[in-house]
Amino acid sequence: MTIQFQLNGEAMSLDVPEDTPLLWAIRDHAGLTGTKFGCGIGMCGACTVHLNGRATRSCITTVGSVSGQQITTIEGLGQDGEHPLQQAWVDAQAPQCGYCQSGQIMQAATLLQDFPNPTDEQINQIMSGNLCRCMAYVRIRKAIHLAAGSSESSSAGSPQFYEPGQEEMSNA
Amino acid sequence: MIKKILSGLIVIAVFVAFLIIWKPAIDEIDQPSADSFSQDQIARGKVLAGLGNCASCHTSDPSKPLAGGVDFPTPFGTLYSTNISPHPEQGIGTWSEEAFVRAMREGVSRDGSHLYPAFPYTHFTKVTDEDLSALYAYVMSRQALDHQGPDNQLDFPFNLRMLQAGWKTLFFDGERFQPDDSKGDAWNRGAYIAEGLGHCTACHSPRNAFGAEIADKTYNGAVVDNWYAPALNTTLATPVPWTEDELFQYLRAGGSKWHGIAAGSMASVVHKGLIEAPDDDIRALAVYFQDLTGAVDNAKAAEVAANHVSQAHDAADPNNRTGEEIFSSACASCHYNAPSSLKAARPELSLNSAVTAPDPVNLLRITLHGIDEPTGLRGLAMPGFSSGLSDADLIALTRYLRQSSGQPPWENLEQHLQDARQL
Repeated sequence: MTIQFQLNGEAMSLDVPEDTPLLWAIRDHAGLTGTKFGCGIGMCGACTVHLNGRATRSCITTVGSVSGQQITTIEGLGQDGEHPLQQAWVDAQAPQCGYCQSGQIMQAATLLQDFPNPTDEQINQIMSGNLCRCMAYVRIRKAIHLAAGSSESSSAGSPQFYEPGQEEMSNA
Repeated sequence: MIKKILSGLIVIAVFVAFLIIWKPAIDEIDQPSADSFSQDQIARGKVLAGLGNCASCHTSDPSKPLAGGVDFPTPFGTLYSTNISPHPEQGIGTWSEEAFVRAMREGVSRDGSHLYPAFPYTHFTKVTDEDLSALYAYVMSRQALDHQGPDNQLDFPFNLRMLQAGWKTLFFDGERFQPDDSKGDAWNRGAYIAEGLGHCTACHSPRNAFGAEIADKTYNGAVVDNWYAPALNTTLATPVPWTEDELFQYLRAGGSKWHGIAAGSMASVVHKGLIEAPDDDIRALAVYFQDLTGAVDNAKAAEVAANHVSQAHDAADPNNRTGEEIFSSACASCHYNAPSSLKAARPELSLNSAVTAPDPVNLLRITLHGIDEPTGLRGLAMPGFSSGLSDADLIALTRYLRQSSGQPPWENLEQHLQDARQL
């Protein structure tokens, strides 16, 4: 069946089964390979993308469950890598091999949206589902603190999610 | 002599039974044209149909609204909803307003046969003349659809409609809504919606062996269609009582930061039914249910919530490290919260009604199968973990969440999990 959604602001229309993983649509159909395949069961975080600005594991998220919604990948987070998190990642020299980093950054963006000035404990709790086999965790945490300290909104480039109590939905 | 008396009694009994059972057919009419109703009435009927959520039970194919065919498995067999579009043969196109009102208030079809109480006429009987008239105008001005769902598959003797007359004498009073003068207008409006068209107790109250709501357990919560509909009175298990504002957010937007989201059948109540209603009606429902569930104000609720989340953070079970680790790797990225800044978009599971409910079915279903975007809060989805987590992992995770919420362990969790995997 035909499933439509927005991918980094562009309309995407796919004729695939509803239970196709979103990750396949992003990598194989749209050709955006910044999002990585890790475990395939939602346990490592490498495939993290944004659904309406909120982190989700794209390997176990089906395209049918996000029909009509806005998906953002690492390629859509900031133009030319100028997003505060991407900048902080460079400044802190966070990655080693880099494979998990797009997922780490996408998860960190949602973290900073909910916790603009996170404590170490909060970072540990929320980032613990994003594994890094190079053990770059200390530098990742440092980069998140750096981004939190920068003046730009950490969620720039991602549509905001509707929280009850706000005036109206921005992603209707 | 005795023989004569006995035969006399039998004749009288048969005659009385006949009077109870027999209902006359109401003459067919020519299908009224849509322009025979005023636009105002149709618009008002649309809101009422939303409050009653008619479309959810009477629509199996979204391209054929109100054409029926939805299955309702019951302990007595499977019922299928009927076509209530104004089609003259398959629907109710030949029903006069009198026939429509009798069905809504007495559970009797136009042809005189008794309807099953899966159609909640026991609630609709409370609705006013004006509202039924507007609802009739709305339904009769929809598109007539030539569609017939499957026939009911009920076991004997439940397939005998005349027995419904006996059910009615036992469980049906047929009274209109009576306002409570000691309460305010909003409360009474909320009560009228909830107890009438809204038929909230139909899912939120346990039923007896005859399928009737148990009068002294109204709003005690119940499992319906393999979802647990939480209690809506002071027996509810959520750590934070409902406040008026949270009820409003939940019913309007589909989620509350202190209770969780509208899933299962409640998702369609919010996003397909109540969406038609103005804010005032939603507020009235909130006023009514806040009163039923034990009113507290927002500040008190926030304090209770923060304390509870703090305790949940400290509630680690040294015998269930696996559950805690799975929560950390699979759940915390979206569900970890600071006690003082809870957000509906980051559902706090130690407060969540799926975790604190007496039945684990909601938590297991959602963990296994996730939440699609139109369910719960708009714009949010959750992936399912049915392939990622083994049964042992899911049991450990579920026990961990349950323990964090401060509730006693669920029994027969393994069996519940096997059942939920099949759903």
